[in-house]
Amino acid sequence: MCGATRGGPSLDGVDVENQAVIQGVVTRDGVPVSTAYVRLLDRTGEFTAEVPVSATGQFRFFAGTGEWTLRTLAPRSATVDRPVVATIGSVADVEIDLDKVAVGA
Amino acid sequence: MSRENALVNADWVEEHLDDPNVVLVEVDEDAEAYDKGHIRGAVKLDWNTDLKDGVRHDFVSKDQLEKLLSEKGIGNDDTIVLYGGNNNWFAAYAYWFLSYNGHENLRLLDGGRKKWELDSRELTDDVPSRDATTYTAKEPNSDIRAFRDEVVEAIGVKNLIDVRSPDEYAGRLLAPAHLPQEAAQIPGHIPTAGNVPWSKAANDDGTFRDDDELRELYAEAGYDEGKDAIAYCRIGERSSHTWFVLHEVLGYPNVKNYDGSWTEYGSLRGVPVALGDQPGEA
Repeated sequence: MCGATRGGPSLDGVDVENQAVIQGVVTRDGVPVSTAYVRLLDRTGEFTAEVPVSATGQFRFFAGTGEWTLRTLAPRSATVDRPVVATIGSVADVEIDLDKVAVGA
Repeated sequence: MSRENALVNADWVEEHLDDPNVVLVEVDEDAEAYDKGHIRGAVKLDWNTDLKDGVRHDFVSKDQLEKLLSEKGIGNDDTIVLYGGNNNWFAAYAYWFLSYNGHENLRLLDGGRKKWELDSRELTDDVPSRDATTYTAKEPNSDIRAFRDEVVEAIGVKNLIDVRSPDEYAGRLLAPAHLPQEAAQIPGHIPTAGNVPWSKAANDDGTFRDDDELRELYAEAGYDEGKDAIAYCRIGERSSHTWFVLHEVLGYPNVKNYDGSWTEYGSLRGVPVALGDQPGEA
């Protein structure tokens, strides 16, 4: 999407000091996608939360300090798992590029 | 109740898109999701603005609900098919609430909006126009809703199921991880409650796992089919999903949703609280 902000959504108004923010953008061939679901799995692989991406492919979680996995599901794409480390007071900003080989293609 | 009576799949919905007695209703955590496209003919229900009283910390009254459903063009005899994102989380909440208020013909679209989107099925921006009805709600069914005193009395007696994430259960998080960790209440869980995160009942695509897998899931957490059960989470929505699984899909009798959930229990004086990964003692 032309003009879309790269990376996660704006942090204006977010109390970053007391949060462990994990956020980012889901892309296909470098272009943000508007339909995808991002799941946050804890250190044991257990589902913790899930959000649909915004129209510009962005997502955000408020996690705790520790190791997490982002699992992304999108139409015509293989599921993508990405490990991420979160820390209170910091922002982990990730770009998730969907598998370029479409499922069933 | 059984899976066959509580769930429909996407093919069934597509076959009934033009059935005047079937009303599709989308309910999402993010109420704006409907505005970005929805299943043709679906009306929108906003869990936050449509179902809350607005003054009391409670649901809309019978009169308010009748007005709402009448304006949406939903009749008493219509089959309401609810769907939404995130494994039908908030759609299950609306299902429980409408069931609590006596609507008889209710279904959930298995997989909800997510599976519909992942299957690349059609969505539209067109907002349907339905003629207003005169909806009559029944008196609330207290058999499926638990209040705080009953929950305290259930400690060590009934199946208590905490369906939040393990980190919320143990007290390491106060809210789901996609929400800011701000809350007035203390962390922890109700003593003796087992922890079965609500999402374990669903596959990655949002559809419900099969009956045998579901029975095993709860049995592993110590669920006793011979006892009544109460499910809770933070604000009663995720536990609606688990209530749906236990009561509507598996057909277990005497299952209640404690919609006050941890935001209420964790703010009470004079009640026991457990911390950590174990259920704790009564």
